[in-house]
Amino acid sequence: MSRLRSVLSTVAAEQRKAMGLFLTNGFPDLESTVPLLRALEAGGADFLELGMPFSDPLAEGLPIQHSSAQALAGGVQMEDAFRTVRAFRENSDTPLLLMGYVNPILQYGPDNFCAAAGSSGADGLIIPDLPPEEAGLITEPAKKHHLDTIFLVAPNTPGGRAQAIDRLSEGFVYAVSVTGVTGAPLEHRMDTVVQYLARVRTIIQHNPLLAGFGVRTAEDARQLCRHADGFIAGSALVPVIETLWKDETLSMARRIAGVQQFARRLSAAAAPHPRLL
Amino acid sequence: MSTFAYSAPDARGRYGSYGGAFVPEILIPELHALSEAFAAAWASDNFLQAYHGLLREYVGRPTPLTFAGRLTEALGGPRIYLKREDLCHTGAHKINNTVGQILLARQMGKRRIIAETGAGQHGVATATVAAKFDLECIVYMGAEDMRRQHLNVERMRLLGAEVRPATSGRQTLKDATNEAIRDWVSNPDSTFYIIGSVVGPHPYPLMVRSFHRVIGDEARMQLREVASREAPDAAIACVGGGSNALGLFYPFLQDTAVELIGVEAAGEGLAGRHAATLSCGTPGVLHGAYSYLLQDGQGQVALAHSVSAGLDYPGVGPEHAYLRDLGRVRYVVATDTEALEAVRLLSRMEGIIPALETAHAIAALATLAPRMERNAVVVLNCSGRGDKDMTTIMEADVAS
Repeated sequence: MSRLRSVLSTVAAEQRKAMGLFLTNGFPDLESTVPLLRALEAGGADFLELGMPFSDPLAEGLPIQHSSAQALAGGVQMEDAFRTVRAFRENSDTPLLLMGYVNPILQYGPDNFCAAAGSSGADGLIIPDLPPEEAGLITEPAKKHHLDTIFLVAPNTPGGRAQAIDRLSEGFVYAVSVTGVTGAPLEHRMDTVVQYLARVRTIIQHNPLLAGFGVRTAEDARQLCRHADGFIAGSALVPVIETLWKDETLSMARRIAGVQQFARRLSAAAAPHPRLL
Repeated sequence: MSTFAYSAPDARGRYGSYGGAFVPEILIPELHALSEAFAAAWASDNFLQAYHGLLREYVGRPTPLTFAGRLTEALGGPRIYLKREDLCHTGAHKINNTVGQILLARQMGKRRIIAETGAGQHGVATATVAAKFDLECIVYMGAEDMRRQHLNVERMRLLGAEVRPATSGRQTLKDATNEAIRDWVSNPDSTFYIIGSVVGPHPYPLMVRSFHRVIGDEARMQLREVASREAPDAAIACVGGGSNALGLFYPFLQDTAVELIGVEAAGEGLAGRHAATLSCGTPGVLHGAYSYLLQDGQGQVALAHSVSAGLDYPGVGPEHAYLRDLGRVRYVVATDTEALEAVRLLSRMEGIIPALETAHAIAALATLAPRMERNAVVVLNCSGRGDKDMTTIMEADVAS
């Protein structure tokens, strides 16, 4: 069993929900990325996602467009993702997934990429612009290098297709909460989101189901977790980090503590609680 | 007639290894529905009647095939015929496609139309048909393009469309396309995305080619009348995404006696900033398709440059990538300066002010002409008219 699956099983056994947190590699700068990942881990993240920035991130809303652009402006490259993973892995067993768009992976070479990701200590891949139909070029080398490949379902994914995605996914199935880009607000449509997750919950049999996109508060996360095994947040961290790093009176330790505190507040949604009906 | 079998794309939307659909999951069910709707429409007499009826009575087709006598003389041959897409309603070939796609949108029950635009010609053509069919219309346009193509921004607004500036990146066509795709991801139920070129995920490249092939089909029939022949010796057109070129080329693809020449924008020259994707790019994925693109060694998409907003794009349609690799179409380039000179050339010689995009094809033909047979017949796609470019042309005059 992969490290990711094993952690998600433990979480389920403890009758709580999993929390996955996303961070763009090199945002706000490369030196801060590993300390930030550790802060998210200390704040209660069960697994982490490291974003590999891309010039044209189609599925992202403004916050992650911004973090990607800032990372690229800082000169972040693919090798830096492997460096970050290696440094993080030196003293952590928390699962770490790489998330990024297909083109930089194609240019690196899918096999070289999976080999480097695997040997640096990454646990899996999420590639939002790689639907199952086109995924063969990544799933083969990913399997060879022991990387889980996570595929996404959306509110408009037909049932039969969601079943096929469940069979193809390794690690978990990522339920996109709304038809929208990352960070799209969930308020005013939470009822629809919860109904959709209840429906998709009955379809996904082989994998844990984690929901993401638009989670800003513990309450958002709690709602998504009513019919999911956990949640993922990312966009909400961008303004938090931005604000802390802009305040020049704050020490690095204070900034890191601020991020950890934010993660801790979100993780309240993941704590064991009576099963909601 | 020498021929070769050509059947691209396959069922997965692949042109050789190019094409496909590299998009977020949300768009997959939409693309499947679109593929089905398009296939049904393209096989339906009712749909084709409505489409060709609009082309005839609204767009003003067939467009003439004009013999460019003075230009032919000035270049010392070949015999140049201009396919006059500049005479289409709204001033460019783009409306052939928007007419087709808006009929599909209506058939699919979509009430909200979105589009991306570079030069503004596709935006105007979309706003026009949206007005005619009473559908809400939002056009994404790079903030930089809104400045250099201001006239088209005002035209779109007059037609009732909302023009939303794209402010990321270089603020040109690539960035407008990103914004349009994000809108579509956010509103898949209500919205039909009218893509303006033979780019994007399957079935768009196929669909847009199909709606523009009328250019080549007409040229073939008209050549019979004006030159007593079925096909030209060569056909030439500018290539940004590549829609007008494919519209002209497609009906001649299997006839290998016809030399096909695509002209990309060399901008400041291939050593500097340019938009010559097929000439200088490498394969990769942009905007949902695997094709050639301008990118760095890290797979980050590079910034394109052309004086012509319609060619200022770091990608190109996947079918052009395939035709390049097959060697069926030859791709050459023309610089900003050459294109600006070609605007003057055609204006003075034929009394036709071409769009800066079109001018790239004219410039390349002027370069190639001395090496062509004097009596050879060449069809040049006069893809659009130049009114929209007057500011750019005047600014270039002041600078030179």
